[in-house]
Amino acid sequence: MSLLNYISMMRFEVFALGIIVLLLLVKIFSEKLNTSFILGFINVALVGLLVAGFIGHPHGNIFGRMFLNDGTIMLEKQIITFATLLIFLQANFWLKKQENCLEFCLLLFSVLIGMYFLVSSGNFLMFYLGLEMATIPLAALAAFDFGRMRSAEGAGKMILSSAFSSAILLFGLSLIYGTTGSLDFNEVRDAYSSSALQLFTLAFVFVGFAFKISIVPFHLWTADVYEGSPVAVTSFLSVVSKGASLFIFMTVLYRVFPMAQETWVHILVLLSAITMTIGNLFAMRQTNIKRFLAFSSITQAGYILIGVAATSSLSMASVIYFILIYTFSNICAFTVVSIISDRNGKEDIDDYKGLYKTNPLLSIAMMLAVFSLAGIPPTAGFFGKLFLLTSGASSGLIALIIIASLNMIVSLYYYLKIVKAMFVDKNESPIEKISIDISAKTVLIICFVGILAVGFISFVFEYIHSLSFGL
Amino acid sequence: MNLSFLILIPLLTLIGIMLVNGKTARVVAFVGSLLQLGLAIFLLFAYMHERGAGNVSSVLFEETHPWFSQWNINYHIGVDGISIAMILLTSVVLVGGVLVSWKMEYQSKEFFFLLVLLATGAFGFFISLDLFTQFFFFELAVVPKYLLISIWGSGKKEYAAMKLVLMLMGGSSLVLISILGVYYYSAVGGVGTFDLKKLGTIGFSHEIQMFLFPMMFVGFGVLSALFPFHTWAPDGHSSAPTAASMFLAGISMKLGGYGCLRVAMVLFPEAAHAYSPYIIILACIGILYGALVTVKQRDIKMMNAYSSVSHCGFVLLGMAMLTKTAIVGAVLQMVSHGVMTALFFAVIGMMYERTHTRMGDQMGGLLKVMPFIGTVFIIAGLTSLGLPGFSGFVAEMTVFVGSFQVQDLFHRSATIIATMSLVVTAVYILRAVGISLWGPIKNKEFELLPDATWNEKLASIILIASIILIGSMPFWISDLIAKTTETLFSAVIK
Repeated sequence: MSLLNYISMMRFEVFALGIIVLLLLVKIFSEKLNTSFILGFINVALVGLLVAGFIGHPHGNIFGRMFLNDGTIMLEKQIITFATLLIFLQANFWLKKQENCLEFCLLLFSVLIGMYFLVSSGNFLMFYLGLEMATIPLAALAAFDFGRMRSAEGAGKMILSSAFSSAILLFGLSLIYGTTGSLDFNEVRDAYSSSALQLFTLAFVFVGFAFKISIVPFHLWTADVYEGSPVAVTSFLSVVSKGASLFIFMTVLYRVFPMAQETWVHILVLLSAITMTIGNLFAMRQTNIKRFLAFSSITQAGYILIGVAATSSLSMASVIYFILIYTFSNICAFTVVSIISDRNGKEDIDDYKGLYKTNPLLSIAMMLAVFSLAGIPPTAGFFGKLFLLTSGASSGLIALIIIASLNMIVSLYYYLKIVKAMFVDKNESPIEKISIDISAKTVLIICFVGILAVGFISFVFEYIHSLSFGL
Repeated sequence: MNLSFLILIPLLTLIGIMLVNGKTARVVAFVGSLLQLGLAIFLLFAYMHERGAGNVSSVLFEETHPWFSQWNINYHIGVDGISIAMILLTSVVLVGGVLVSWKMEYQSKEFFFLLVLLATGAFGFFISLDLFTQFFFFELAVVPKYLLISIWGSGKKEYAAMKLVLMLMGGSSLVLISILGVYYYSAVGGVGTFDLKKLGTIGFSHEIQMFLFPMMFVGFGVLSALFPFHTWAPDGHSSAPTAASMFLAGISMKLGGYGCLRVAMVLFPEAAHAYSPYIIILACIGILYGALVTVKQRDIKMMNAYSSVSHCGFVLLGMAMLTKTAIVGAVLQMVSHGVMTALFFAVIGMMYERTHTRMGDQMGGLLKVMPFIGTVFIIAGLTSLGLPGFSGFVAEMTVFVGSFQVQDLFHRSATIIATMSLVVTAVYILRAVGISLWGPIKNKEFELLPDATWNEKLASIILIASIILIGSMPFWISDLIAKTTETLFSAVIK
């Protein structure tokens, strides 16, 4: 295989690495940094990367099946890249003011490389490497608000719980190696015999993942970390990190453990039901908007698990489709949160009272995002959610679907509370009119289009489905 | 004729409302709704023409475009007699609603946007023949109500709005579960189908029908105030702004009735038979209970809200009787109640705007100060109590005649119990008319109150005209419905 082929296979990784090196050189050699120039450069680079993803369809594996690439993986990487681009645009205003803007970018790109490797991994060794590369810089990012105690607290919680979950995962992986004699996905799959010890390993791997995706009962770190971190990091955690982990979770289950399907489908159904219910119950009582979105994202993860448990190629497509739509809606919500919190530090739901009077654009953006999360037509969230449920129905998970639909009513209650605060409630001192900077406006417009159009255009789903596989 | 225009016109109206500013929004909404009314009438004639020309297919003007082919989801639309009646009803009420809200000052642009959005959902719901598309429109017609009631409403509006939306969404999630169940069980190897026409020919097994029918019927039934799930209706109707009450009681409750009849009973005929006694019992309780509670109301808006529960009971009663006449009566009652209640809410809104009270006993003598509004109130009342010549009589009579055709003791006694509510209806309607319109003028300030403005007059005239059109010439509409009923419910009718 020629060098060019390697680069083509690993284009995302090479590209991100190039940016990191470049940023390091800039940091070393330039005295005074021009932050807007750097951010502009990064945005352009990310757009280039996004475009590069569409050229050709590299398919295959390198490094002795350590690194896989196929259509679905490329698609997931593109979603990750796209979400990161949106987050950079959203955080532009905040980043420009930061002294350590360059470090932020460096860390974020390190996370991104980790994610890319994680998504592409074909071997548990690579998988673990990617996971750690994606986690440790992320904890540093969570602590990026140096002035705030909560930020440090969140980062501490995150690094501890990540280390804990990694340890459990690693223990499971070592057991896998012990029982099958390999770490390669295919070889593990072939050697897997559902012996008691091997089922045990499955449980450990499950727990490791459950921490990353914040599935109940391993969700306790989520709210604190989301609340403490800077908004940009929170949106990254809730969109990119969660999306990538869910994706690799699904592919590991499908690729490596098809033999134990019956076992993990049962576990998934149970976890999914608990996750959405608990997430909902806690979300109802939140007063801080970031904590609120944290619990709402736990609930959403519960919905996604329906699709994972359905194990058909349609359900896999629904999961990726949902992740895409969730990216639009959550980033839209976080952009509004970030704009408001940047200007005057207000992060309580009560602060949003009367927002529509002063900032109609922000309120409508938030409303669309919230409706899309709740799955109300005509937003894309409706389609995403219905497809997940339909895929569950096609696989006969009727009980889970009943629980999920009941949960949707509950979730509508608290999503409507946000809408009520913005549109109905009166406030004597509402948030004053905010002039939105151009890059945040771009994000809002992209999300508007995404939320309103992605559902109706069946092409998106068709494209994703053409790349998906099932059990 | 191309049915997609029925969705396209409201959509364009929505875009128009978004583009113009402030006061012009109402003009756009009015023009859009008039166009839609024109289209609905044209559709009626086109339909009758096709039928006259000997077209016997059950659904006319069908259109199918694949949408999400992986799931077997199609954009499949078409109309039959029942849906045409519903479309006419929706467009008449929409025009009335826009006219009545003409003087809306507070955020009028948003108000008209949401109103037309609701209507879009209703139109789409009535013409869809694909369960997925239909469900899409169904939910579209629910959530905007939250904003309409909680922003522009009165009284304990936030509580009422939340209660209404959560209960209706509860119903809609039951519907969703049953739709997904239908999809699962219709799969003969591979993917299932959402297509109503195909599903009608599948014939589900008895167990599946018994499992799915109650969920779907109750789910839709929540919308048409099936006892004991009616509690959202009084709160919601009485707290909503006038146009939204008109829409809620006039159209949204009919979404439920239409769903129960056109979807649940067509898909699960056996279960419809098995469950019909229970539905009859619940409907009778709803009819009598609604009527009796209405007698206790001093608030005339609350009165009409509760009487809607009672009147919608006739819709459910008619369908559960499972005779052709009774089902036709149920559809007639949907249309008749839709127009009548819209008129009632409109005129109550006019009176409230002038007197700033909704308590009947604080009014008095209003007929002397505002003869037009008073007359409209009397006409709405008489329609409600079923005076011959108005639509209410035609509809209720058909339901009773149809019910009486079933000759066993249970159905007979249910019919008799239901007819008793007519007396109660007469009590509260005549009393309300008596205290608020006749007698001396209780409040000196009321003597200077102005009569209806042009927009209110126009709205009332359009609605009254429809009432009289159904009431004095019922055959065109009952023929329209009866033919469809025969073909659709051949498996159900006894």
